[in-house]
Amino acid sequence: MAIEPAVVSPATLAEAYAIAARGAHRPVAGGTDLLVQITGGIGPPPDRVLDLWRLDELRGISVRDGALELGALTTFSEIRASVACREDAPALVEAAATIGAAQIQNRGTLGGNVMNASPAGDTLPVLLALDAELVVGGETGERTIPAAAFWPAYRRTAIRPDELLVRIRLPLVADRRQRFRKVGTRRAQAISKVVIALAWRGDPGSGTWREVRVALGSVAATPIRAAAAEAALEGERPTESTAERAVAALVGELRPIDDVRSTAAYRREVAGRVLRRLVRDEGRW
Amino acid sequence: MTIAARPGRAVGAPLRREGPAKLTGTALYTDDLVFPGGWYGTTIRSTEPRARLVAIDLDPAFDWSRVAVVTADDIPGDNVVASIAADQPILVPVGGEIRHQAEPVALLAAADRETLREARLRVRLRTEALPPVFDPLASTVEFARYDLAKGDVDAGLASADLVVQGTYRVGHQEQLYIENNAMIAVPRAGGGVIVHGSLQCPYYVHKALKRGLRIGSEQAQVVQAETGGGFGGKEEYPSMIGLHAALLALRTQRPVRMIYDRHEDLAATTKRHPAIVTHRTGVMRDGRVVAQDIDLVLDGGAYTTLTPVVLSRATIHAGGPYDIPNVRIRGRAVMTNTPPNGAFRGFGAPQSEFAAETQLNRVAEAIGMSPLDVRRRNVYRLGGITPTQQVLRGGVAGEEVLERAAEASEFDRVRVRTAESRGRRSPRDRTARGIGLALAWHGAGFTGSGEAKMGSVVSVELSGDGVVRILTASTEMGQGTKTIFPQLVAAELGLPIEAVEMAPQDTALVPDSGPTVASRTAMVVGGMTIQAARRLREAVEGRTGRPFATSYRDDAADHGATRIDQAFEPYPGVGFDDATYTGDAYPAFGWAAAVAEVEVDLDTFEVAVRSIVAVDDVGRVIHPVLCEGQVEGGTLQAVGYATIEEIKLLDGRYLNDRLQTYLIPTALDAPRIETILVESPFAGVPHGAKGVGELPMDVGAPAVVAAIHDATGAWIHDLPATPERIMAALVGIDPPGPPGISTVSPRRAADGDTER
Ligand SMILES: Cc1cc2nc3c(=O)[nH]c(=O)nc-3n(C[C@H](O)[C@H](O)[C@H](O)COP(=O)(O)OP(=O)(O)OC[C@H]3O[C@@H](n4cnc5c(N)ncnc54)[C@H](O)[C@@H]3O)c2cc1C
Repeated sequence: MAIEPAVVSPATLAEAYAIAARGAHRPVAGGTDLLVQITGGIGPPPDRVLDLWRLDELRGISVRDGALELGALTTFSEIRASVACREDAPALVEAAATIGAAQIQNRGTLGGNVMNASPAGDTLPVLLALDAELVVGGETGERTIPAAAFWPAYRRTAIRPDELLVRIRLPLVADRRQRFRKVGTRRAQAISKVVIALAWRGDPGSGTWREVRVALGSVAATPIRAAAAEAALEGERPTESTAERAVAALVGELRPIDDVRSTAAYRREVAGRVLRRLVRDEGRW
Repeated sequence: MTIAARPGRAVGAPLRREGPAKLTGTALYTDDLVFPGGWYGTTIRSTEPRARLVAIDLDPAFDWSRVAVVTADDIPGDNVVASIAADQPILVPVGGEIRHQAEPVALLAAADRETLREARLRVRLRTEALPPVFDPLASTVEFARYDLAKGDVDAGLASADLVVQGTYRVGHQEQLYIENNAMIAVPRAGGGVIVHGSLQCPYYVHKALKRGLRIGSEQAQVVQAETGGGFGGKEEYPSMIGLHAALLALRTQRPVRMIYDRHEDLAATTKRHPAIVTHRTGVMRDGRVVAQDIDLVLDGGAYTTLTPVVLSRATIHAGGPYDIPNVRIRGRAVMTNTPPNGAFRGFGAPQSEFAAETQLNRVAEAIGMSPLDVRRRNVYRLGGITPTQQVLRGGVAGEEVLERAAEASEFDRVRVRTAESRGRRSPRDRTARGIGLALAWHGAGFTGSGEAKMGSVVSVELSGDGVVRILTASTEMGQGTKTIFPQLVAAELGLPIEAVEMAPQDTALVPDSGPTVASRTAMVVGGMTIQAARRLREAVEGRTGRPFATSYRDDAADHGATRIDQAFEPYPGVGFDDATYTGDAYPAFGWAAAVAEVEVDLDTFEVAVRSIVAVDDVGRVIHPVLCEGQVEGGTLQAVGYATIEEIKLLDGRYLNDRLQTYLIPTALDAPRIETILVESPFAGVPHGAKGVGELPMDVGAPAVVAAIHDATGAWIHDLPATPERIMAALVGIDPPGPPGISTVSPRRAADGDTER
């Protein structure tokens, strides 16, 4: 049954920081997670809500200091429409296109996806694969947390209660390639059974892969990187035998669970099969 | 398609009567109704699958003066939700047995939702756990059993060239009407209550109110609000909610609103019955099926509800639309400690016909015959005899729908192509195409003697002020009752459709025309409506000597009102013997064929249903747009049933009882549906209609599963055919558990706390 908590809607980030510093406020961006949680009675309802929607300081997509920067309030629709994203973060564009449907993409934000910290958050493996840096801020200033350290445990983040997520930085890397694949129950409005993002630097001469990242969602309590699969691909060319080694490594290292959406056995197997397909596409065999 | 105009025959596709109000947002659904001073009601439910209720504790620290509390002790009449059996309580009494996880135990009402929410948290149920039963095959409580026999099955199997055996399992399915269940009860000045609600069957609720509240017919008044879909899901549970709202309204002497949210609706209200069906089929090399031995078990859930009738339909349809000389079908429905299952579009037939069709496809494969030819060989023809010894005397269109579907889909040609590409398949291929066929029959109207016992009535009146009005309890839920009835009456009377009114579905105004279920509205009640109109026309024309259309206003002015009450008259030559369970199980059958084309992702085994050709024999088309709408909607619902819709249970509780986790197809998942309507009329009604609502639901799932097989080579025996099940069949990973059967949490299992 719905209840309505008190809501404050500051107009500047400084005000928002001040409110966050007083504690006991739950931020809300697009509200596409939070409102569902409140009306569904999932977890204790917040007493007070800090509405971020008016903070234009948290909006905008730009290339700055060698990184593609996205404000925390960037919506999935904005990501889909952004030329900069399409150029430098095509996997993020693909991920954004799979989230919910048009209404959710218009309202849901990248920052909300990051902060909701669901193991099924579709952009999170992309952020891991692209070595994203998450810039958080508060009255004491800003700090940067690497994506790899941002989701320490189930639905936990490395942020402090008095901090807000400000922006997401995706360092620009020459010759980096990216792939993305989501496996859901239906073609829209589906939470992932498995989501996988792959990134690497292709050596233009030898065709070998460097700085390989294999990141997955919905296969563990947090979004994860698959270290063994990455190691199997690192320094190799995308051949069939490399793919088989990487798939075996991946299937060996994943520990997914059975839940209401899928089974552990399917998740493990499908992650391997999708990885094989992605490598096959690149190796053209 | 074209429909020839002829006298007395409805033509064209007039606008839906309730359409404009729905499109402009002015239609009043239950939650839109405002009753000043109304309170909000809520239900306290059990959280255990089986237990003895020891006490209901109200926290003494809470101010209960602001809240009305109703328990079983406050029920003035029988503590029973009137249905086939008197086993389901309105509220579990202290000392009584809780039989499922969502069972109502107490009711609360308050002036505002906030108080109600707080009060909910201050109610504690004290219980003593009892061992639950989740596996239907382990259940010892039988709700119903039917045995059908024709010929000599053992001899038939012995004489067969080949015997094929298979077991098929299907899980729950949620109706997922767009509007949740909702009822509002208002105390009546003269005692009793008026209940407004979202419902299919006003007189079911009426009967339940009379018995539970011990009030007379006039004191129980039921009014249907605009209803956003039903699909069977508002056939029985509204009686429960109506009683709950009424008990609170009588206690508070105020209007009380019981508006379910989606979570409560999914968690507590009825679903399609899970089933386990085992087939042994004897077949000759030439494709003749000579014996069918079928064993069918339905999981009824915790209470009887309509399960015996669902079982009866499931059993009669279990062999599929085939004339087999030796048949034995044994059907039984059992109790488990899960929420009760009930009516849902198809009513048992989709379960048993999925099994029958998939089995026949496996039989065809075993003898190397095409799925089309094996059906051509065995399908019922005129004069065919069914397992209840019914002789099919007319309107037999199995062959026609089959051939039309095969032709429109180019089944043979596409199948050659899919076989070729299967032969050439390499790991480089990302997807595989497949095509699949299914054929079904669906008994029109109630099973057996149901209609004769129901004794339905419809009235058509010419009022003193010259208005022609239909009075019926048949409800509109978006399927078209309010449009087709005026069409039928207007055609009979020679009037424009606008000249015919429909009285509101209010038990104080309209007679009991029976429930709006079993695809009986167009055929049975529609037929009675025409009969009533005909009698009205004859009466008026007899007096005026002129055609009705030009004389009825004068007649009303001169003669005053004329009202014709038309009771159901059994169809000539149609009879059923309940004792032996033989005879005409249905006055007529509808016939349907579907050809599905799918594309299966070879990495993930996700299935995209690309197209379905749906050919349905509905007897007569009354309104082509509405009729096609029924076929399209039913087909899509069947696609969901086939591919993704599944309830998973833990300790008897539905795990996916939210729209986030119970998924149905979206617009993106919907195939292109080509509908072909065939008219093979039922001679027993003036307009020939046989109904359409349920028919398409029977064929979609087996067609899709056959197409998945054609694409991948895997037979999926369990519905839904999820990627998990397909991958298990092809790659050998662990399959998911059986559909519809609850898993047991480690704690319960360790305690030995279940009768498995
Ligand atoms: C119908 C539907 C479909 C969906 N489909 C998908 C899907 O396919 N894939 C997917 O990944 N998700 C999906 N979601 C979930 C949701 O849309 C996304 O997680 C979205 O990114 C959340 O963004 P938001 O701005 O709406 O977050 P909100 O609901 O506003 O916030 C989410 C959480 O993050 C916190 N928060 C938000 N912004 C900040 C900030 N700047 N600083 C600190 N904390 C913050 C909030 O306090 C809250 O805890 C779906 C949701 C719905 C309702």
